[in-house]
Amino acid sequence: MRKVLERFRSHILVFLAVLGPGFITAMVDNDSGGIYTYSAAGAKFGYLPLWTLLPITIVLIITQEMCSRMGAVTGKGLSDLIREEFGLRITFLLMALLVFVNLTNVMTEFAGVASSLELFHISKYISVPLAAIGVWFLVVEGNYTGVEKVFLGASVIYVTYIISGFLVRPDWKAAAVNSVRPILMLDSSYIYMLIGMVGTTIAPWMQFYLQSAVVEKGITVKEYAASRLEVTVGCIMTNVIAFFIIVACAGAIWSVAPKDIKDAADAAVGLKPFGQYAFLLFSAGLLNASVFAASILPLSTAYSVCEGLGFEAGVNRRIREAPVFYFLYTSLIVVGGGVVLVPKFPLVRMILLSQVLNGVLLPLILIFMVILINKRDLMGEWVNPRWFNWASWATVVIMIGLTLALTGMSLRQGPG
Amino acid sequence: MLGLSGAGAFSMADNLLYFTELLSMPVLDLKHRRIGRVKDAALVPREHAARIERFLVGGGDTWLTLRFDQIQSVTLAAGIQLSDEQLLPYHDDEYMLRIGRDLLDQQIIDVTGRKVVRVTDVTMAVQHDGERDILTVLEVDIGVRSMFRRLMQGVLPWRWVRRLQSSIPPNSIRWEFANVVEPDPLRRLRLNISYEKLEDMHPADLADIVEDLGPAQREAIFDSIDSEAAADALSEVEDPKMQASILEALEPEKAADIVEEMAPDEAADVLSELQEETSEEILEEMDSEPKVEVQELLEFDEDTAGGLMNTEYVVLHDNATVADAMAGLKGNEELLESLNTLFLIDEEEHLTAAIPLARLFLAGGDTRLKDLASETLIQVTVDEKHDRVTEYFDKYNLLTLPVVDDEGKLAGVITADDIISLLRQK
Repeated sequence: MRKVLERFRSHILVFLAVLGPGFITAMVDNDSGGIYTYSAAGAKFGYLPLWTLLPITIVLIITQEMCSRMGAVTGKGLSDLIREEFGLRITFLLMALLVFVNLTNVMTEFAGVASSLELFHISKYISVPLAAIGVWFLVVEGNYTGVEKVFLGASVIYVTYIISGFLVRPDWKAAAVNSVRPILMLDSSYIYMLIGMVGTTIAPWMQFYLQSAVVEKGITVKEYAASRLEVTVGCIMTNVIAFFIIVACAGAIWSVAPKDIKDAADAAVGLKPFGQYAFLLFSAGLLNASVFAASILPLSTAYSVCEGLGFEAGVNRRIREAPVFYFLYTSLIVVGGGVVLVPKFPLVRMILLSQVLNGVLLPLILIFMVILINKRDLMGEWVNPRWFNWASWATVVIMIGLTLALTGMSLRQGPG
Repeated sequence: MLGLSGAGAFSMADNLLYFTELLSMPVLDLKHRRIGRVKDAALVPREHAARIERFLVGGGDTWLTLRFDQIQSVTLAAGIQLSDEQLLPYHDDEYMLRIGRDLLDQQIIDVTGRKVVRVTDVTMAVQHDGERDILTVLEVDIGVRSMFRRLMQGVLPWRWVRRLQSSIPPNSIRWEFANVVEPDPLRRLRLNISYEKLEDMHPADLADIVEDLGPAQREAIFDSIDSEAAADALSEVEDPKMQASILEALEPEKAADIVEEMAPDEAADVLSELQEETSEEILEEMDSEPKVEVQELLEFDEDTAGGLMNTEYVVLHDNATVADAMAGLKGNEELLESLNTLFLIDEEEHLTAAIPLARLFLAGGDTRLKDLASETLIQVTVDEKHDRVTEYFDKYNLLTLPVVDDEGKLAGVITADDIISLLRQK
């Protein structure tokens, strides 16, 4: 018995040693864009969309697992590998796209910061600059382990969504039934919503971030089993949070009167009748998610670009040693935060554009990933097993199909 | 001959040619008919360290191998003109270092800059030796200029590319100072790649470099540099997990050679990070003397004074004189670099005094060491906690702190650098 306990304890220790990359990536996945999508789904369609969460979780696990495996086996970031295997031109194009896509994503995050604090009557001209400065210093002045701890701490704050989900007293029976019963309707806004949910779940930047974080943390093949578990748990947690967001909005808004909401802050307001706490927790969660993603996105972008193009990178280097890295990092924050403050800036259109560009970039990156992970000289015995390849390619094809559909619909009509 | 001259940095070279420009250059037979285009170029390091020995030419279905002595001239305007058109089909030659495949976009070590860089392009010199044009690798290019060149190649005419790039500052590494990293030991041998240049680097710089590389490349370096340099560098690698994974990847004999060269306390620290089987295997391969020392240290709990101390110290008998100490030190010069305190023990090996080394300079040869001792003897026992140990260093401004066992016998010493690493890890 003692032996079993000992073994159990050593497993937990290994798990804690690799805890970080997968969890953080999965959590940032529920950024302000994600929260908006889930809230909108719940507010308009109630419990109906819940069934999508299960397949989304599986697809998410498949892609994230590949990245963490590549990181652990090769000890190199995704952009490093793309550069080494596909050359400078492709890398340069991908990186240029990535910077642009992520810039629009950063705008979305700062918009989330602005709208969540406006609920508390704090002007965006105060909140956004403060958040931008805070984010910059957190990452530049901190070291990796310290920053990771802050991020892991921030992950815990997502619990607010679970609590607010309970506070609105939703119809649990309907929620449970709809989680496992797929319902398809030939209603264009319903289909648009379904695609949007999948689209916000798997973003290009996550693949780069996760793999670099695994490498940075020094996770090796030996600890890989624990790392895979961590990634899986993280993906499941993401969708548990998503579940509660949908349920909260279904219970609070849809059950009263189904409606379109215009942003995530709108959803928070919808929770007000169910008590000050539900409202507070929901908006605090939104603020946390936006700040969290706003700290990770610029950093991850600057890292990926510098790694791929061969510039010095890393927050442990001085500004003079890694000028390109700091330039990119700082510009993403300044521009991303700045445009939110520009009066009459077409923010909604930018967010839409970011969704379209995410859609263009993601299939490319997924294809590169599957090709890379099948190279035996790179991965050795860790190449994809055949069944996993089927699953990977199926995922790629599904994602391409969905993102093409999303992109097409976004271009034609815009969301909602 | 090339029409355009380069930046002028290489007066010995007639002309410069970039690898990107060489790629897809047409190859012309004796009657000036095009037989294909250049697909890659290769060095054969066993023949010559920098001369481009082979060109791989793609024409029709197969690739052909072109030897450097079959060429008459290489020009940007006209391409490669052959003097001998008997080309053999290309088959993968293990002795070739192919620039396009093995060098371009890969990481190499910049020995003078002491960092890992990614190759964007390669600059070659074209020299006419009376009979033919010969290409020699001069530099590997890593900066924005070479990136611009590669992105624009084939988009703009080469004259334009050259003119436009001249406004961008160059960033290159001389070929002599570029070290290719090849994980496969057999291929390393065939390609004549050695890491001797890395052995002369400061261990801390070398550690930074290996931290930047992937695990396979990391092992390649530790596997081939000499054990002493490897031990120094391994001690400087900051992450204990990475230290452990490096040792684990090596053959136990090689790992044992490296561990033997490390200071016993550091060796014990690294070994305690390994899985028990692996550390047993390595200990098995070690010589008995360092092995016993390391094994003794491994007995102690990691967060006590015992886990922190090392066993490299100088101890003398209670009533020894300064002359005795001098005589003792004469045989052990290798200790001097970090030595700052001598210790005295009595008949039962109990620690009795600590003597700051500097006091010996002003004392006569027959002075008793006892009389030079520090006023109070500060010591800790092997099971003292880290916090208390660091507190002592701070409070008493220590450089060295003796550690004794339960019976008061000297077991080892903790030095200020151990404390600094300990504090930095927090």
